[in-house]
Amino acid sequence: MSLDRARARSEAPAVEAVAPRRGRGTELILLIFAIGIATFAYVSVDLGALGRVPPNALAYLGGLSVATAIAHVVIRIRAPYADPVILPIVVTLCGLGLAMIHRIDLARGTTHATTQLTWMAVGVALFVAVLIVVRDHRVLSRLPYLAGLGGLLLLVLPLLPVIGHSIRGARIWINVGPMTFQPGEAAKIILIIAFAAYLVQTRDALALAGRRFLGVDLPRARDLGPILLVWVGALGILVVQNDLGPSVLLFGIFVLMIYVATERISWIILGLLLILAGGFAANAVVSHVAERVDYWMDPFIDPTGQVAQSLYGLAYGGLLGTGLGQGRPDLTPIAESDFIGSALGEELGLTGLIAIILLYALLASRGLRAGLLLRDPFGKLLAAGLAAGFFLQVFIVLGGVTRLIPLTGLTTPFLSLGGSSLVMNWVLVALLIRLSDAARRPTPPSSSPSPLTDTAVTQVVRIR
Amino acid sequence: MNSPIRRISAGCLLLCIALLINATYVQAFWADDLNARSENRRVLLDEYSRERGPILLADDTPVAQSVPVDDEYQFLRQYPGEAIYAPLTGYYSYTFGRTALERAQNDILSGDDDRLFVRRLIDLVTGEEPRGGAVRLTIDPAAQQAAWDGLTDEGFKGAVVAIDVQTGAILAMVSTPSYDPNPMASHSFEVQQETRDALAADPDKPDLNRAIAQRLPPGSVFKLVTAAAALESGEFEPDTEVPGPADYDLPQSTRPLPNQNGEACLDGTPTLTEALRISCNTAFAYLGNELGDDALREQAEKFGFGTQPLTNDDMNAATSIFPPDPDEPQTALSAIGQFDVQATPLQMAMVSAAIANDGVLMEPYLVREVSGPDLVSPIERTEPEERTRAVSPETAEELTQMMVDVVENGTGENARIDGIEVAGKTGTAQSSPERPPYAWFTSFAPADEPSVAVAVVIEDAPDTARDDIGGGRLAAPIARAVMQAVLGS
Repeated sequence: MSLDRARARSEAPAVEAVAPRRGRGTELILLIFAIGIATFAYVSVDLGALGRVPPNALAYLGGLSVATAIAHVVIRIRAPYADPVILPIVVTLCGLGLAMIHRIDLARGTTHATTQLTWMAVGVALFVAVLIVVRDHRVLSRLPYLAGLGGLLLLVLPLLPVIGHSIRGARIWINVGPMTFQPGEAAKIILIIAFAAYLVQTRDALALAGRRFLGVDLPRARDLGPILLVWVGALGILVVQNDLGPSVLLFGIFVLMIYVATERISWIILGLLLILAGGFAANAVVSHVAERVDYWMDPFIDPTGQVAQSLYGLAYGGLLGTGLGQGRPDLTPIAESDFIGSALGEELGLTGLIAIILLYALLASRGLRAGLLLRDPFGKLLAAGLAAGFFLQVFIVLGGVTRLIPLTGLTTPFLSLGGSSLVMNWVLVALLIRLSDAARRPTPPSSSPSPLTDTAVTQVVRIR
Repeated sequence: MNSPIRRISAGCLLLCIALLINATYVQAFWADDLNARSENRRVLLDEYSRERGPILLADDTPVAQSVPVDDEYQFLRQYPGEAIYAPLTGYYSYTFGRTALERAQNDILSGDDDRLFVRRLIDLVTGEEPRGGAVRLTIDPAAQQAAWDGLTDEGFKGAVVAIDVQTGAILAMVSTPSYDPNPMASHSFEVQQETRDALAADPDKPDLNRAIAQRLPPGSVFKLVTAAAALESGEFEPDTEVPGPADYDLPQSTRPLPNQNGEACLDGTPTLTEALRISCNTAFAYLGNELGDDALREQAEKFGFGTQPLTNDDMNAATSIFPPDPDEPQTALSAIGQFDVQATPLQMAMVSAAIANDGVLMEPYLVREVSGPDLVSPIERTEPEERTRAVSPETAEELTQMMVDVVENGTGENARIDGIEVAGKTGTAQSSPERPPYAWFTSFAPADEPSVAVAVVIEDAPDTARDDIGGGRLAAPIARAVMQAVLGS
């Protein structure tokens, strides 16, 4: 580190202390826009499909406003420096999802939107709980192995007799009283936390170079244990639970985090090789996977199939969409869940779909930005893992329904119908808010240096 | 750890760009292909779920309409007129496309027409379901029914066209045998397929609109054109005597052209009027050679031969033909409507209509007006339009008197109407020895103040002996019934 940078660093807190920008006003204005968009979408659906304003429009507006207001007030109290863009994006996405679920309800005579609204209330409640309970994200790093075990336990829960439950061939649900819940959604977040905590402890060992091959420093063979373990675990989910999406996602997140922790590109290469190997094996062994690949190569081998119908929907929407309530998204299979991206692309058009993709990208970039700004390695890893993992999920599901990549069953965060997904994504966002608050908070006076804050120290001592 | 996070951010950006490019490809560039795929149910549903506009007769009776139904297609296309109006409406089938007016007026009926743009814009803003516009026809239901009954009562295969001589508006257009278009618009693919297969397999071609799409030798009704050419040449008057021997010696040929009964016409030198009255073949063959093929062709073209009729309505009407380069014997045969002369019933109705209208041929048309979905506000009304001046008013008057003579004293007596003077001309055209002749009749009424012209052709009369087939006997009564229906209403 140069002398100039050291001086600049020591002077920085004094400058920030003068005018700390919290951004809560910005957040409030953006939230009003978000609620406006959500309500407008909800009303548009009824106008388009039935030609009338929904009778409960005001109640909907009220409910959404109250939930949003609670979240906003809690942020003001508990995370006053949090990134002001995150919550408005989430509210917008939730509103668009609710409108589309309501739209498909109208076409199919179901009442999923009410259920989803209830789950959103639960999600906001958990969001609030996380912000209140987790006052400093670093407490999450304390028990990496216990968290890892807990995450694994949640993953295998659906395999247990009695409570385990299979829907559309995937055994990833459990029955909790009258409701079904996907513990994998919770496991995803807990495992990201566990990965971050574990990697912070072991990253120096993992970063040690082994043999050099084709200009790439390969890790030492004895350090390969964890990645192989996660790889086997991911393949296990795929084979035993018959669910492609979560296994790809989980392994992908782990590889990304190990790369961030070690700064060694070799882990990414190794991860890709393992994905390819696993993919080929799965393609050969698991019929479910081979089928997905076939449909990706030629969606029209069955014109009534999911991907073909999804593409028809997108094409029918074209550039500007049919307008909310005026397309036929109900023709697309599972349009309220896995294919909600396609349903929105049909009624909002390419324009709407681009806006949604950009909202996701913006949300992920805010998380990654928090990771850059944070000073503790655990926080950096956690933020990068949560944000990149979040966007990876968006890419896998939206890429699947638009036939960029083979289809894998995953929910579209905040849009898809499904309580577990919605609630756990609110928890994920609560963690991002917490992390961004820590990242943007003015550093305390330099008289009380924190041993965990300066990552630069680590960089200096490392031998490359 | 910042540089890997930056790289991962860049990676996410790449994934994001890939999603955006792919979505743009699917929704902007691939969309047309996807929408055109035959198994794409969205497009089918969209077609059916829009309320297609009706096709109405002159008195607003619907002959094609969309009624709401309780299946996912929302609207069913119905044809209340069934077979009577099928040649006009055509059918609307998703699988097999559209025909006749359903095809020609599709933009209006489906609501896609540019003239409905403002309406669509309003619907878009108000959230109203878009609906198609209405097409109002010139067809007089009484005339249409009379023509239909006349042809079907005896099981004739044939066609009738009636025209308002002053405007060119088509008052009746019937073709038999016909078919029911309703099953073609069925929501069941199987029903559509079976109906279509049955139509294609039927040797009688029930889906052929014989009134406009089939050319036949006009036979003696073409003598009106020859007579018109003779009078227009200035060398002949209605009372000019012409040679009418039992046999006309065709130039450059050893085979003589006989009269039908093998006898000379009257005293062998009938006047032009008399020659038309008794439909004297030898006299008209002589006239043909005297005038020459160019004069005949020119006259035929002034009546509409050689060009598309119904240019406004795009109904796939056939163009009637006078042969391009006949030699002298062929010209003589052409003058009596044989050899390669071919005409549609519509064309022969146009000949009568032009004579009736002081020699002015009006542009024939089927669509009186098109209107918006409310059925009230017309967005375009067809204005009657002159097509050609076929003959001078004097010639028209002379031809009229000659045609009146045909009905009063000659072969057309079956077309007489009490209290109304009718002008007409019969025709019995041979096409080949293997098949019975075609029976023709073309006429107009009232002769002193003409309003309606009718042409009838009977292609096949299953229960009639070959020798009894003749325009006067079979076709004239149908023409009379149609004229009565128009004049009575």
